[in-house]
Amino acid sequence: MSGDGAIPKISVRGVRKSFGPKIVLDGVDIDCGVGESLVIIGGSGTGKSVLVKCILGLLRPEAGSIRIDGIETVGMPRRERTALMHRFGMLFQGSALFDSLRVWENVAFGLVQGRGMERAKARRIALDKLAAVGLGAEVGELSPAELSGGMQKRVALARAIAAEPEIIFFDEPTTGLDPIMADVINDLIVTLVRQLGATAVSITHDMVSARKIADRIAMLHRGKIIWQGPAGAVDDSGNPYVDQFVHGRAEGPIKMEVRAL
Amino acid sequence: MIVFLAAVGAAFLGFLAATGRLVGFALLGLAALFSPPLYPRLILRQVVYMGYYSLPVVGLTAIFTGMVLALQSYTGFSRFNAESAVATVVVLSVTRELGPVIAGLMVAGRVGAAMAAEIGTMRVTDQIDALTTLSTDPFRYLVLPRLLAGLITLPLLVVVADIIGVFGGYIVGTVKLGFNPANYLTQTETYLERMDVISGLVKAGVFGFIVSLMGCYHGYHSRGGAEGVGQATTYAVVSASILILIANYMLTTAFFGR
Repeated sequence: MSGDGAIPKISVRGVRKSFGPKIVLDGVDIDCGVGESLVIIGGSGTGKSVLVKCILGLLRPEAGSIRIDGIETVGMPRRERTALMHRFGMLFQGSALFDSLRVWENVAFGLVQGRGMERAKARRIALDKLAAVGLGAEVGELSPAELSGGMQKRVALARAIAAEPEIIFFDEPTTGLDPIMADVINDLIVTLVRQLGATAVSITHDMVSARKIADRIAMLHRGKIIWQGPAGAVDDSGNPYVDQFVHGRAEGPIKMEVRAL
Repeated sequence: MIVFLAAVGAAFLGFLAATGRLVGFALLGLAALFSPPLYPRLILRQVVYMGYYSLPVVGLTAIFTGMVLALQSYTGFSRFNAESAVATVVVLSVTRELGPVIAGLMVAGRVGAAMAAEIGTMRVTDQIDALTTLSTDPFRYLVLPRLLAGLITLPLLVVVADIIGVFGGYIVGTVKLGFNPANYLTQTETYLERMDVISGLVKAGVFGFIVSLMGCYHGYHSRGGAEGVGQATTYAVVSASILILIANYMLTTAFFGR
């Protein structure tokens, strides 16, 4: 948090977003400082992905303000938005690799198509980034369908950092991975974000991952941020919602909507 | 009565809203033409996929259409001793109407469905969002190449379909119906005007655009996993087929209506 008066890297104020009658974000307020790693936790369907998509500009909130380096981005013209995208990297929950392209072309995609870089140079950078996530050059020639889930996540991570963005978003980076591969991905995230000096915003419901990669944790529940604090304080938050979520208890103030059979 | 009128009104407003969304989508796709970078390799790939790989299906349907047309028109014309008009009817029907319509419907089934499925899958697996986050406009990268490919490719396919369709009529006319080959060709050539072919090619361009537009539109707006992609595919083919037939009537009226 930017308690020292500095302009936060990301500042979200009063963001509301609904789909039909369902209100997903109901006045979200949160900041993320320069170089900080913020992890947003919350149950499935609480709007974590929607919040990140609003910050990225993939969804337009109905109300509220989203500022990057103090500049308002809601309603930003298309051309300026494209320029802003150069500063972002994103790892999608399902990796979202392009099936029709080889692995190295996926990693180099933003460099070649988004920035007009020469293919040979982009290929060299892509292979470097693949090496940074522990994948050899031979993997670069494969198609995404030939990779395991863990390898796809690593490729997606390489693609997210290929253009060395200022802000990187991680959407459920460890979902669907075995614990060892999840730990590998967490280590890579921590290392790469630190190397790049980037600001990171992650969303997850994996508390092992949250504890490992977060400087600060915030919890989203029913469309609002109900708690935020340093990662180390999450176990002693004093908030019954956070306690229930962190300890994974069925009993507590968070009620799962389960229909009787 | 009021309930009935409200339902009609709601349906009409829904139709207007859907039309507005579709037109907006098409304009966004075409606007990408004026803001580089364009992707010539992607356009070429779509032209090859849409054109070259559709040749067998378009050729087969065209030849049998020409053959049936010759047989049926002979049956009709022989009842009032006008058999000599068979070659003319075949060539005019194929170039003005059947060539573009049959090719359009075949390409809608083969390519429009594949476009909707491919783009729909990209939508539900976040690949389209990934394009955006990689500073690549999905309209420029996905939609524009397909719209241009449709516009370019279908007229080329229709040239082939016209030739094969007329050839089908010629085969049936000369082999089965006993026409003199030279006379048949003379009849074909004498009454064919340049406008007959041009109108067919203009129609083909419009139909190609419709096929690509419906494939991209329904794919781009698909939701809900495999079921949503399946629905998008169905909508793409059905809506393209209906629009092709409506546009065909309107274009025929524009070209030849009195």
